[in-house]
Amino acid sequence: MKIHEYQAKEIFAAGGIPVPRGQVATTPAEARAIAESIGQTVVVKAQVLVGGRGKAGGVKLARTPQEAEKLAGEILGMDIKGLKVRKVLITQAVEIASEAYVGVVIDRAIKRPVLIVSAAGGMDIEEVAKRFPEKIIKLPLDPLLEVYPFQARRLAFAVYDDPKVSKQAAEIIAKLVRVFWRNDCSLVEINPLVVTPSGEVTAVDAKVNFDDNAAFRHAEWEALRDPDADDPAELEAKSHDLSFVKLDGKIGCVVNGAGLAMATMDLVKRCGSEPANFLDIGGSSNPEKVIAAMRIILRDTSVRSVLFNIFGGITRCDDVARGIVAAVKQLKPKVPIVVRLTGTNEAEAHVILKEVGLPVEPGMEEVVKRAIELAA
Amino acid sequence: MSILIDKNTRLVVQGITGRDGSFHTKQMLDYGTRVVAGMTPGKGGTSVAGVPVFDTMAEAVQQTGANTSVIYVPPVAAVDALLEAADAGVKLVVCITEGVPANDMLKVVRYFEVAGVRLVGPNCPGVISPGVCKVGIMPGQIHKKGSVGVVSRSGTLTYEVVYHLTNAGIGQSTCIGIGGDPIIGTRFLDVLEMFERDRQTEAVVLIGEIGGSDEEVAAEYIQKQMTKPVVSFIAGRTAPPGKRMGHAGAIIAGGSGTAAEKIAAFRAAGVEVADTPHEVAALIASELVDRSRRRKARIVDVRPHASMAAAAKTEKAPARKEPPSPKGKKSSSTSSKPKPKAKSPRSTPAKSKPRPKPRPKKKPGRSR
Repeated sequence: MKIHEYQAKEIFAAGGIPVPRGQVATTPAEARAIAESIGQTVVVKAQVLVGGRGKAGGVKLARTPQEAEKLAGEILGMDIKGLKVRKVLITQAVEIASEAYVGVVIDRAIKRPVLIVSAAGGMDIEEVAKRFPEKIIKLPLDPLLEVYPFQARRLAFAVYDDPKVSKQAAEIIAKLVRVFWRNDCSLVEINPLVVTPSGEVTAVDAKVNFDDNAAFRHAEWEALRDPDADDPAELEAKSHDLSFVKLDGKIGCVVNGAGLAMATMDLVKRCGSEPANFLDIGGSSNPEKVIAAMRIILRDTSVRSVLFNIFGGITRCDDVARGIVAAVKQLKPKVPIVVRLTGTNEAEAHVILKEVGLPVEPGMEEVVKRAIELAA
Repeated sequence: MSILIDKNTRLVVQGITGRDGSFHTKQMLDYGTRVVAGMTPGKGGTSVAGVPVFDTMAEAVQQTGANTSVIYVPPVAAVDALLEAADAGVKLVVCITEGVPANDMLKVVRYFEVAGVRLVGPNCPGVISPGVCKVGIMPGQIHKKGSVGVVSRSGTLTYEVVYHLTNAGIGQSTCIGIGGDPIIGTRFLDVLEMFERDRQTEAVVLIGEIGGSDEEVAAEYIQKQMTKPVVSFIAGRTAPPGKRMGHAGAIIAGGSGTAAEKIAAFRAAGVEVADTPHEVAALIASELVDRSRRRKARIVDVRPHASMAAAAKTEKAPARKEPPSPKGKKSSSTSSKPKPKAKSPRSTPAKSKPRPKPRPKKKPGRSR
């Protein structure tokens, strides 16, 4: 889960990381009031969950509250990479002597969090990695130790010459690692970490991603969720404990298991069509889930046929068959439905489907080919 | 011998009194697994399907000599269960639970490293050595004992592939679901090393998917170190970037972790990549035929060498023209190994057939 810069800065501030003063506004009038209370030059920053806001014209400097109001009016409602700007952050402008990058990411290959620091701040870190790999310093961290001051100092002294600056930076780096652990983050970034001409160090931008698997112990995340960030169908699927991703094709797919669901999509493509979605109904075979899955898929008007590919293990094929029958009765789909059910209680499932006249295919390839034929 | 689990496995089930735990305990017992203990705090002294339940892992291990644990507890309790298992002294822990936070897993995996305990999972179907022992949730009946090792990040997709293998008459030595999460205890590389050493395993099926770079690491190992053939399948060719495809680990992030990259890495390493799950069986069948043919050819080849050596005892030994082998082990095994059984139904190759060259796809020379 991604959150906005202003939310990430609140988390940073709570973790003791210095951030410029600022507040979020949803109207130009609010923007003006915030700028007045800050009482100096401010930056108006679009709050959308994509990178490259500056280049898209979503970040502007305002010398007066009037200017802040005017710019907020321009930026609010703007479209940045397909996302509508609904909020702007009005924040104190900071004079910049130097910019650095500090981040903590999870390195899957070594199974450790890695602290990354670069003297080339202010630009996309992946870009820096490509163009100036020598400017990036990485320090893998032992998860059992989290972070010790010496680790943060090692990076801070590598980047800054002035010991006063290094000390402040070291504290910020260590605090950032603590923010990563306390908040179950999958990524935290300060880009740029700015040193002002007077030698103060502050986090001018903030990025925080949360690990969805940890949501059960973070009730506070619900309030941070941006309703625009997720597709409504995906949210509905989630509420039924289904994993769903909308795609552009015309073959609806209902599958149990993520790997098999991907393999089914791939086979649809290989056989000359395009999948309309990824959908994993998971291990449980509750008929309600099957009905919810069908409802979500059938709502997509580009769907021309729906296939079920179920390999029963814990999932019982007869339960899924009952769900399919119930869904067909309840939703009366106008597009053809084809089914493949193999594994636990397969024979019972076939009997149930035969009674309502639904075609059953013996294997994955057959069901995919049949669904494509029927969609034509 | 299989890998990870066998007839000496003594299993303790963590969360045995829960819905999944009790159901799968019965399934595992039916399959022949020696389930010696169960564990649920507060349920000590009771039993499930005749298996005694303990309050703590320490007790369960002390009193029953359990050496392996399987975890069927919800994500909220999984970390505690994992650490308790490692602490109690079992050697292998299989974690079925889906939804364990990644940062918890970072700590758990590190703790397991320190404790010297092997972890499989989380978010995995478990491990099965067909006909011998099953630890997990996979349907036992689709498996068949044999010589193909299977390793996969997925659950039902593995069943699909195994189903085709079994239908084609190809049995499996051990099938391992390593899990669909980004941080997992055992990775492709670890399992490939085990299969390479395992004498029952003659070929390996690797089922990967989008996300991370473990397939690429595996490809490098296969090319440089592995003598046994590997066939792979990669799911997610049609997955869009930036979207989590069900599994927490199945996501193309920052443009990397795509199926195309992984397929290219395997092909570059000389690994056959199946285009469909079904095709895996056919590719493995031809690899097995090749392998058994090569072995027969080797036997035919060794004899003349031996007689020549005897005849030429007093003379100067002829210069041996041995091609460089990918591994030192391989060349010595040709003579020291007991004669392998001829498994191929095909006729024996002509006696005059020259010693086969090492497969061109394998890079000669050591890498370590």
